[in-house]
Amino acid sequence: MSDPILELSGVHTDIAQYHILQGVDLVVPRGGVTMLLGRNGVGKTTTLRTIIGHWQAKSGSLRFDGADITSLPTPARARAGIGFVPEDMGIFSDLTVEENMILAAASGPLDPARLDWIFAAFPPLRTFWRSEAGNLSGGQKQMLSIARAMAEERQLYLIDEPTKGLAPAIISTMAGALRDLKKKGASILLVEQNFSVAKALGDTAAVMDDGRIVWAGQMAELAGDAALQERLMGLTMEAH
Amino acid sequence: MTSAAPDHAPKYAQLSLPDRIGKAMPLLLVPLLVVFGFLSIGSTSSWLTLTVSGLAMGMMIFIMASGLTLVFGLMDVINFGHGAFISVGAYVGISALLALESWTGVPSLLLNVAAVLAAVIAAMCVTGALGWGFERVIVRPVYGAHLKQILVTVGGLIVIEQMIHVLWGPDEIYLTRPETLKGAVTFAGAAIEKYRLLAVVFGLALFVAMRLVLKRTKIGLIVRAGVQNGEMVEALGYHLRLVFIGVFIAGSALAGLGGVMWGLYQEVITAGMGEEMMILVFIVVIIGGLGSVEGAFIGALLVGLLQNYIAFLEPKLALISNIALMTAILMWRPQGMMPVVKAK
Amino acid sequence: MLTNLISDDRPRSLILTGLLLGILFCLALAPFLFPGVRSLETAARICIFIVLVASYDLLLGYSGIVSFAHTMFFGLGAYGVALASVHMGRGYDALIVGTVSGAVASALLALLIGLFSLRVRAIFFAMITLAVASAVAVLVSQLSGLTGGEDGLNYSIPRELTPAFKLGSLFGVSITGKLLNYYLVFFASLALFLLLLRIVNSPFGRVLQAIRENDFRAEAIGYRVVFYRTLATCLSAAVAAIAGSLFAIWLRYVGPDTTLSFEIMLDILLMVVIGGMGTMYGAVIGATIFVLAQNYLQNLMGVASGATEGLPLIPQLLDPDRWLLWLGVLFILSVYFFPTGIVGRLRSED
Repeated sequence: MSDPILELSGVHTDIAQYHILQGVDLVVPRGGVTMLLGRNGVGKTTTLRTIIGHWQAKSGSLRFDGADITSLPTPARARAGIGFVPEDMGIFSDLTVEENMILAAASGPLDPARLDWIFAAFPPLRTFWRSEAGNLSGGQKQMLSIARAMAEERQLYLIDEPTKGLAPAIISTMAGALRDLKKKGASILLVEQNFSVAKALGDTAAVMDDGRIVWAGQMAELAGDAALQERLMGLTMEAH
Repeated sequence: MTSAAPDHAPKYAQLSLPDRIGKAMPLLLVPLLVVFGFLSIGSTSSWLTLTVSGLAMGMMIFIMASGLTLVFGLMDVINFGHGAFISVGAYVGISALLALESWTGVPSLLLNVAAVLAAVIAAMCVTGALGWGFERVIVRPVYGAHLKQILVTVGGLIVIEQMIHVLWGPDEIYLTRPETLKGAVTFAGAAIEKYRLLAVVFGLALFVAMRLVLKRTKIGLIVRAGVQNGEMVEALGYHLRLVFIGVFIAGSALAGLGGVMWGLYQEVITAGMGEEMMILVFIVVIIGGLGSVEGAFIGALLVGLLQNYIAFLEPKLALISNIALMTAILMWRPQGMMPVVKAK
Repeated sequence: MLTNLISDDRPRSLILTGLLLGILFCLALAPFLFPGVRSLETAARICIFIVLVASYDLLLGYSGIVSFAHTMFFGLGAYGVALASVHMGRGYDALIVGTVSGAVASALLALLIGLFSLRVRAIFFAMITLAVASAVAVLVSQLSGLTGGEDGLNYSIPRELTPAFKLGSLFGVSITGKLLNYYLVFFASLALFLLLLRIVNSPFGRVLQAIRENDFRAEAIGYRVVFYRTLATCLSAAVAAIAGSLFAIWLRYVGPDTTLSFEIMLDILLMVVIGGMGTMYGAVIGATIFVLAQNYLQNLMGVASGATEGLPLIPQLLDPDRWLLWLGVLFILSVYFFPTGIVGRLRSED
């Protein structure tokens, strides 16, 4: 087995006086989707933000693609090949869809072939190409947010709750796009509350509780074991 | 998932008519004010003269304010020392002009323009460099702490102002404009000073250029996006800090340019002029909406026009007219006319 | 009894206690310890600035709000007394009416500014106070019919408070109205200071500090942040106005330079920062050191400037008129390296 694309060992992160991450050990294998699961408030979003560098880890180390990125600033991590889709989507609402996408291609002009691929996955973006992003609907904003991460070839995508608050039809568009991305060989670390999506997309999974990873393994194993889900997350996938 | 899903059809959230009028309202304020001026002044020629000087003043204030508002928008840094760049720019530029007296004293447009250009370049280089140093020494250690930022930048303002006294002496410096910029042209019975006309044209050109940079270049996109959500700009791979330093330097240089223009306008410069202008600059930045270049532009024109109209109509009220304008606008829009939509 | 008087807010440092007692002792007996017109002027100035700076610290140190309008409120109080004395004639009633109306006007103006700016974001407050204060300063110098313009106003106060009133002598010091006036200033300042100490140590004061530490959290707990901040602004403005009234009573003169200028605003900022933000005792230390330095250090600069004559640039840098340059440098350095001021430093050493 090849070495993992991302490896966190013993990562602690504080936000103000609060000790949020308390020794996260996480391995994201190369290729495929890794689900990051757990109840609300256990530190999933903080983990993603620590990986991209919005929060600085107080201790522990982060390795990405074989290199130590613990002390790199956010832009350097992004340029090393990490795409980030935050929970609030981070859309530049005063800019047009086009301008959002131009910015997303940090290392040069947008690649037309890639843009076609993105338009195929998210048709509304073509329709509203020249509209202000702030006027898009919630689902369209989420599409734009993911499309921005896809604007350039990246090795790892960090995606925080892409289906939150969306209608089922749009969720299936999202899931389709993520599957597409996976097919292209990218690795994805996905935080997701919707278990049917998690079950359908996930290859491996890690479950967090109280700022730590408390279980890691194959998604299928977790999905098939109701007692394990109950123990780890206090609820079963079916109940959701 | 329980609720039935609506069809997934792209839907553009169209703005309602009142919303669109609301958005365009600030743009209408300037013509409204001009019409108000016309109606209350009565005499066309006085009105024309006042309007041109109001616009000229507005343009100069805008040039000084643009950097400040962007610096705040990008990094949440409030620089009370911005006025120091105005003063320094004026002193450097005017010193250059005085040194080039052989170019400014002759009625040759070419030589006069060359002298002004040289003065402007000198002023902008010095204030740009000063801005770079100011950012490193004064501002950088106090990121994220507004209280300390205000205190320290006020300290920086005092030190720079006092250094002007040390280097140029304690007295104000009087000057005369280059020959071809003296005098006035008569238009529709109104005498309009050439310099004011030039200031309007120049300010307008600068505003258009600034807008082009912000709208059409990638660096402009980064700045606009950074004002809304700096974290996301970094997550896309851009070093916001470098962009910020660039904007800080550019903003300081523009303040210096504004200082030269203001000095030529007033025909006298003092070390305290930057501090005095800062009052107007702050009012403009507040009513425009912190972080918004367009808002600052409109705000500056409003302040310039109103001040000139009121000074003509009711001189005693001119001083508080700006405060009244600020109060009225904040009652209407507590965040200013065109607040930047901050993500989160 | 004593701890009750200081609202149980102990200096918490032996050296600090000594310094404070020393200052209190010197100010209380100033006319007898340091006879002479100039030293009495200095002592009165110290008393008034302690109150002014302490009232500013209620905003800056305890509430985390930067205001540039504090001299405006100070000036309102001073002009209140001056105008009342000019229009109502010499008398205690004029002093009282002037003081009360100055304080009320200041509180109302502060309320207005607070409602406009604190509602949106605290940073607006700094900019708006700067704009309003400068407009008022210009207005005062323009409305010369009412305010005397740049020349200011001279007026008479009750005879019992002037040097013309003589009572005899005590310990070789002649007891005059001026001395009574000094004790009016001294005791009023002491009372105001103890009042401020009470305010910051009350539940209200603690809420202010909680808001300063984390306004989101304070709001979430259920405190109406805007209300508390605005109230602090009004209180601070009213006390500053009363300090201004005392100053007007002491000087028998008001003018824009002595009460409204931006330079005094800078002095106040510096005194707060040097003494120590967020502690009332900082105001005592800061004001005392600063006023003493201002009165005696400038002479020193003049000497140094004269001594270095002939060298390039140095004499200009040391010119007594460049006093503000060094204050500015000192100010920046204290904010960076000395953020808790002298009081904070003394407390951490014990």
